[in-house]
Amino acid sequence: MEAKHLIGLEHLSIEDTAEIIDTGFIFRDILERPIKRIPTLTGKNILNLFFENSTRTKISFELAEKRLSADVTNFSASSSSVKKGESLKDTIQNIHSMKMDCVVMRHPVPGSCYQLTNYVDSVVVNAGDGTHEHPTQALLDMMSIKEKFGKIKGLNVGIVGDILHSRVALSNIFGLLKLGAKVRVCGPPHLIQRNIQELGVSVTYDVDELIEWADVVNVLRIQRERMGVGIIPSVREYRDFFGITRARLKNHKKEIVIMHPGPINRGVEIDSAVADCDQAIILNQVLNGVAVRMSVLYLLLGNNELEK
Amino acid sequence: MSLKNNFRKIKGFILLKNGQIYDPFIKVDKNADVLIKDNTIIEIKKNIQAKSNYHIIDCKNNMITNGFVDLHVHFRDPGFEFKETILSGAMSAFYGGYTRVCTMPNTNPIIDNPELIDYVIKQSSKTPIYIHPIGAITKGQKGLELAEVGKMVSAGAVAISDDGIPVSNSQIMRYALEYSKKFNIPVINHAEDLCLVNGGLMHEGKNSLKLGLNGNPGIAEASMVFRDVSITEYVDGRLHVPHISSKESVEIIRMYKSKGVKISAEVTPHHLSLTDDILLDYDTNAKVAPPIRSIEDKESLIAAIIDGTIDCIATDHAPHAIEDKEKNFENASCGMIGLESAFGLVNKTLSESELPLRKIIDLFTINPSKIFNIIPSVIKEGNKAELNIINPQKNWVFSTNNIYSKSFNSPILGQRLKGQVIATINKGYILD
Repeated sequence: MEAKHLIGLEHLSIEDTAEIIDTGFIFRDILERPIKRIPTLTGKNILNLFFENSTRTKISFELAEKRLSADVTNFSASSSSVKKGESLKDTIQNIHSMKMDCVVMRHPVPGSCYQLTNYVDSVVVNAGDGTHEHPTQALLDMMSIKEKFGKIKGLNVGIVGDILHSRVALSNIFGLLKLGAKVRVCGPPHLIQRNIQELGVSVTYDVDELIEWADVVNVLRIQRERMGVGIIPSVREYRDFFGITRARLKNHKKEIVIMHPGPINRGVEIDSAVADCDQAIILNQVLNGVAVRMSVLYLLLGNNELEK
Repeated sequence: MSLKNNFRKIKGFILLKNGQIYDPFIKVDKNADVLIKDNTIIEIKKNIQAKSNYHIIDCKNNMITNGFVDLHVHFRDPGFEFKETILSGAMSAFYGGYTRVCTMPNTNPIIDNPELIDYVIKQSSKTPIYIHPIGAITKGQKGLELAEVGKMVSAGAVAISDDGIPVSNSQIMRYALEYSKKFNIPVINHAEDLCLVNGGLMHEGKNSLKLGLNGNPGIAEASMVFRDVSITEYVDGRLHVPHISSKESVEIIRMYKSKGVKISAEVTPHHLSLTDDILLDYDTNAKVAPPIRSIEDKESLIAAIIDGTIDCIATDHAPHAIEDKEKNFENASCGMIGLESAFGLVNKTLSESELPLRKIIDLFTINPSKIFNIIPSVIKEGNKAELNIINPQKNWVFSTNNIYSKSFNSPILGQRLKGQVIATINKGYILD
């Protein structure tokens, strides 16, 4: 692996992206063993630095770290303390002093992880920086697609929801295009960047058209905080026009694969029946999340050959 | 030109040898020597004989021109003296070739009364430049009640502005544009519709899309510019548009100027010369309001300079302490310093666009002077010496050694600039 940090998929090479996913499958096998812990990162110190609430991503990283036998320290600060302006510099100096090998950071402000790399020697892994990127989520999504289809190249991948505010969407777009998939985004027009085609994706406002076109649809969570402030008029209206409902899927002959980064708002962006059906690979995504994060940490921090 | 030891009071004679004198105020453009004694030009002619007690400055291939005028600076004094003081700001200006600057009122307290206008002017008497303060439009820049505009003008204010805070209430803007007619000063409004800015941290475009930063679109500026020029036309007022940044705003100003509405516009060196590519590594020093925009906007600004839609350069010199900028992108303060690098950056950009040197100089001298009715001491025998010497060909790298400001927040440190002010003379002081 060439990269020193994992800040985003935009600047990650095709080779590195593919290597992380392929190595992910090796860890996926390890996770199926009775004893899931391997000594690869023994003695390495990893700090999980979360400036924004997270349950799943944090647990997933922590599991990945522990299964690689790293020493794990967790630090969570409410995003309000960030807004009050504890300077990035103070954060950085604290990390320096604690002599961490790796910092896994989630931060509400785009660019914070990148800025961190200018100042610390530690390896930095982005666990989500505001509305910028969430690279490990996209890597696990791509790993799940590859698991299902055996390939990524040439597939039609749809992403539906609030594209504008979604770091999951942005990382998926960068990663999927890099690996040769076609990407189409769908959602309310004011929740899609007006110039998003410049990234090489196509746009539709018609979710039926998206389903017709796609091999896979990644359904984004609709943030509750976007509702009731005049951006999304109501849950029922959103569901009518953009929801992935049972009825809607039935109208299409082709059986497409349904993904969701979680946590799911059942009955909002996706029907319960759809989330729980065989077409959905949502729980595979969760398991692949641990595997791909093990892969990232191993490739960035490990220095001994992986026993196969 | 290097550092502070070369700043001094002139005692005796200084002879500027073989320079090209260019003074657009009195339409002089000739090669001659200039002899200065203390603070006065005593002789201008070819081949003045040097005497042993003359300090000689070789001006061959250099321009001798009027001191620059900057309509838009922040000197942070009173209230934020750790960022800049009137003295440090004045030195920064003097180094950049400026002899007159207009300070914005967003200090603490806010400059919204004649006593504070007087404070700024008194402080400036200790510096090598003249300061022409801009008073607030509304009391406390709150956008609610007009400040004592008349008394501030009597005390020396040259314009009014609520600086970085747009006058969002259109009726207050109308009052300001009407009332200021009585005092013959322009109104400056930071043109941004804050609802359309929508928390935007950089120009909305491909780069904001990739960086995940909330975008501030060009139309946020243009829609406010349109409101302001419409009111100006309706009440026959005088509007000066600060730091114009978007191609949409340029179109509106061009259209309203052609209708004969009394509007003027300035552009900063950074909006004119940089693009939002400079933010690709989240450099908070390039975070400014309005934001640095796309290449299309930049090209439109250059075209607007060339066709006269934009009248002049103003730096919006905005010093911030290191801790204000060493933050995440959302929390970092807006603004960059600009006085020391202004000419080199603008001259580089505009000479590449083949604007003649004299036209470039006009953007720093006669054009801004006219907008605020600022009358300098022109380059004439018997007058106070208020001038600078420019080496227009000099390639130099902008570094912290060139900074006299208390702050160092510039995203162009390390960049190669073209053209440098090699000496400034004013009020009996010289920096060379």
